[in-house]
Amino acid sequence: MNSRTIIINIVRWVLLLFVQVFLLKNMGFYDLSTPFIYVLFLLLLPFNIPNILLYIIAFGTGLTLDAFYDTMGVHATACVVLAFVRISFIAISLNKDAHDDPEPSLSYMGFQWFALYSLLCIIAHHLVLFFLEAFKLSEIGYTLIRCGLSVIFTVLLILLIEFIFYKRTSR
Amino acid sequence: MRNLWIFISRYNAFFLFIIFSTVGLILTVKNNAYQRSVTLNSTNEVVGTAYERLNIFKRYLNLGSVNDSLSTENAKLKTQLLQLTTVDSAKDVKVIDTVTNQQYTYLAAKVVKNSVTLRNNVMTINKGAIDGIKPGMAVISPQKGVVGFIRDVSEHLATIQSLLHKDTKISVIVKKNHALGSLVWGDGNFDIRKAFIKEVPNHIKINVGDTIVTSGYASFPANILVGRVSKTNVTTNDNFLSAELNLFNDFSTLQYVYVVKDKKADEQKALESIVKPNE
Repeated sequence: MNSRTIIINIVRWVLLLFVQVFLLKNMGFYDLSTPFIYVLFLLLLPFNIPNILLYIIAFGTGLTLDAFYDTMGVHATACVVLAFVRISFIAISLNKDAHDDPEPSLSYMGFQWFALYSLLCIIAHHLVLFFLEAFKLSEIGYTLIRCGLSVIFTVLLILLIEFIFYKRTSR
Repeated sequence: MRNLWIFISRYNAFFLFIIFSTVGLILTVKNNAYQRSVTLNSTNEVVGTAYERLNIFKRYLNLGSVNDSLSTENAKLKTQLLQLTTVDSAKDVKVIDTVTNQQYTYLAAKVVKNSVTLRNNVMTINKGAIDGIKPGMAVISPQKGVVGFIRDVSEHLATIQSLLHKDTKISVIVKKNHALGSLVWGDGNFDIRKAFIKEVPNHIKINVGDTIVTSGYASFPANILVGRVSKTNVTTNDNFLSAELNLFNDFSTLQYVYVVKDKKADEQKALESIVKPNE
C-alpha cells in the first residue's frame, strides 16, 4: 500500500461523507427510500488491506456517520457487518493470492462481479441499519420495504458513480 | 494452545466481526434513548408483573394501619381548616419598589354583598379604611374587566359603586386606534353583560370585534381589558359616536375584586385642581 493509495482513499472518504451528510441526509422518497452512498468508500478499499485495519476503518466511518445522524452505534454496526460480508465474498469469489488488481472497483473487476459484490454488501448493510433503527419486529413489513427500496437507490447511485469514474485503459 | 491460535488467526475475519459488531450493538443500546427503553422495558415487564401480584396480597394485610393513618390525617386537616377559615389572610400586599417608582398596588378583597338587578347597583367588600382604602379608588375584577369605584368607606368595610350605576363613567380607549371615549351602562338597556362606549369623536371608525381597554387617564391603570364591541351605529342624540360592547367581566358571579391603590392619585388631583374649569 503506497502513499498514493492512502491519499486517494482519504480524499474519497472526505468527499463521500460530505455528500452523504450534507446532501443525501436531506433526501428521500416518501420517507421510504434513502440512499447511503458512503458505503462505496468501504467497498473500494484496496484488496491487500489487513482485516483488522478494515474493521477499524469501517467502525470509525460508521461512528462518524452516527455522529451526524445522532444514532450512536447503528451505522458503526452496519459498517462492521458490511466489512464481514466484503471479506467473505472476496475470499469465496476470488483466488486469494492471484489477484493483482489494486482495488475492487468497476474498472478493474468488470460490471458483473462488481454489481453482485456491491449488491450483497449493501443488502447486508441496509438490513442491519434499518432493523437496528426500527428495533422492533412488529413493523417488519415496513422496515423491509424501506430496506429494499433503499438498497435499489443506493446500488443505482453507486453504479452510476462508478461508471462516471470508469477508467477504460486500466482493464 | 498453538492450534487454538492458528484456528483464531485463520478465521480472524469472523472473530473480529464478532468483537466489532458487539461493540457497535453495545453503543447502539447504551446511547440511544429509544433502543434503551425497549430493552429495559422488556426485562422490566417480567419483574414488574411479579411484584404487582405480590403487592395485591400485601395491600390487604396493611389495610388496618392505612385506615388508622388516614383518619388521623383527616382530623389534622380538619383542625387546620378551622383555623384557616376564621382568619382573613388576604392582607394588603405592599411592594417596595424605589427603582421603577411603582404607581399602582392591588389589594384583594372579598365581595360580601353583590347586586346586579337594580338600576343603580352598589356592592360591599370586606376591606375598609384600616386597610388603606379611600373613596374614589378604582376596583377591577381578578379575571378581566373593570368593576367600579369605591364609594363609601367604614373601618372594616367599603361599598363599591359598580359600573352598573347611572353615575359611573369610566375613561376608556379603543385599543387599535387609541380613540378616547367613556364607558357607561344603562340608557334603556339593562343587560348586565352589555355596556356602551360614548363620546367617541365622529371621524373615528369603530368596528364590531374591536377591543376596548381603560385609558389610564383616571384612577384605573391603563390597558385593563373592558369588553369587545358588539354593535356599532347606536343612535344617540348627541353628535358623537356610540357603540354597544360585550363586557368581559361577569358581575353576577363576582367573588373577589382587586382595589387599585394609586400612589400618585392625590398628587394628580392637587395638580389638576389648579387649572380652573372655565379658563
